[in-house]
Amino acid sequence: MIEQIFTPWRWQNLFTEWPLLLRAFLTTLEAAVLALLLALILGVIFGLMSSSHHRLPRAVARVYVEFFQNTPLMIQLFFVFFALPYAGINLPSFTCGVLCVGVYTGAYISEVVRAGIGSIPRGQFEAAYSQGFTYLQTMTLIILPQTVKIILPPLVNQCVNLIKNTSVLAMIAGGDLMYVANNWATNGNASYGPAYLICGVLYFCLCFPLSTWARRYEEKLKRQDIRTPEEVLETEAMAS
Amino acid sequence: MLDVIKLVKVNKSFGGLHVLKDVDLEVAEGEKLVIIGPSGSGKSTTVRCMNFLEEPTSGEVYINGELLTHKNKTQIVRSSIAMVFQQFNLYPHKTVLENLTLAPIKLQKVPKAEAEERAFKYLDIVGLREKANSYPTTLSGGQQQRVAIARALCSRAKIILFDEPTSALDPETVQEVLDVMIRLASEKNITMVIVTHEMGFARQVADRVIFMDDGRIIEQGPPEHFFTNPTEERTKAFLSKILR
Ligand SMILES: Nc1ncnc2c1ncn2[C@@H]1O[C@H](COP(=O)(O)OP(=O)(O)O)[C@@H](O)[C@H]1O
Ligand SMILES: [Mg+2]
Repeated sequence: MIEQIFTPWRWQNLFTEWPLLLRAFLTTLEAAVLALLLALILGVIFGLMSSSHHRLPRAVARVYVEFFQNTPLMIQLFFVFFALPYAGINLPSFTCGVLCVGVYTGAYISEVVRAGIGSIPRGQFEAAYSQGFTYLQTMTLIILPQTVKIILPPLVNQCVNLIKNTSVLAMIAGGDLMYVANNWATNGNASYGPAYLICGVLYFCLCFPLSTWARRYEEKLKRQDIRTPEEVLETEAMAS
Repeated sequence: MLDVIKLVKVNKSFGGLHVLKDVDLEVAEGEKLVIIGPSGSGKSTTVRCMNFLEEPTSGEVYINGELLTHKNKTQIVRSSIAMVFQQFNLYPHKTVLENLTLAPIKLQKVPKAEAEERAFKYLDIVGLREKANSYPTTLSGGQQQRVAIARALCSRAKIILFDEPTSALDPETVQEVLDVMIRLASEKNITMVIVTHEMGFARQVADRVIFMDDGRIIEQGPPEHFFTNPTEERTKAFLSKILR
């Protein structure tokens, strides 16, 4: 593999097929954006549920989080792609991938949202209730907007994980970056060196700016002495 | 006169801790009621039962004659009761003006322009018009509490609960908040329930003072009587400690 990287003709091969690569890159991007949307929606809904005073929504959210955090994404994907057709549900591989990555990341985001809500002082809830806001109004108008600032860094980190995780699409011929790289690597001339290298660089270009931004932003928050969700989770863990 | 607040045999427990014990209390329309007592005696819990921030374990709370329930509390609180907290609890992500207009706009469906006009009127009363576009965290404690009072007034609620409004303030800003409250107390139609340790202020504004200890109302009466001739030993002990 190493010597392949220094073999010019393998690179030429690759670059002549750049439209293919571009399409794969866009597919990955599209899958990431759609999955992120789904994950955010699920994350907020289940994050709210796990912050509820009632036992039932909390339990439901717990099951969701524990199930998806403690089983491999790959198995979830295979289940949806290979097993659901037996139940008469046939989804295109791209849809499968978006669905699975979205639901999977949603579990992590719901924990981030829960921690964010937990970091808001009780007085904020009390002020809202004392004014006559309902639970939902309190959350959407007063609590969630205040959490945005502190949950942004972990949220962006989850987004980075999500982008990388869209590579599971390759396993079900999803036409994404990883899939195309795989094809290249195995299509006769076996250019896996350059293929995977380029593929990795492209993922890096997507993820690195995001995670760098998240890290800087978090450091800035620390300097402002604002509690991050990680710290909230830590104190929670210590208290129990 | 109509009792705007009425507590009947209110009990409250937190787990095994019995905090309020058969509290009976009536507050007349326009009355200025001051609640005093040692820390942990249940003053906050009593006041918080009046707007159902704490729901009593047993007993009844009536607001303007209507029984307060888990179901109707949001509706009743929204229109009738406002609260000022020890820690101000302004919304830090909103400007002073937005803090004042949020509830009127979202809950009472007041048009934005009208809500802002109302907000400026009350900002004038607490003397903070020029801070309308500042964020709460840039204000001093005393200023924040005055904004919180303006926010309470913006709801047009006729009952305002104050839970130790000056206890979290630097000594030099206490008076500016008390001054606002004294001015407010001259409004005949506003009912005020105030938990405070400021005895001079209590004497000045109260129509009636209540002394609580260990989850019960021990003694009550008009301030002249209360501060000069308390009858109960516990009241005397508390007053001698706090007045010194
Ligand atoms: N949410 C709560 N959970 C458990 N105990 C509480 C809670 N709120 C108040 N208490 C307890 O109830 C008692 C009375 O509290 P409180 O009404 O705040 O007294 P005060 O305002 O007179 O200082 C105290 O012992 C306090 O620790
Ligand atoms: Mg108290």
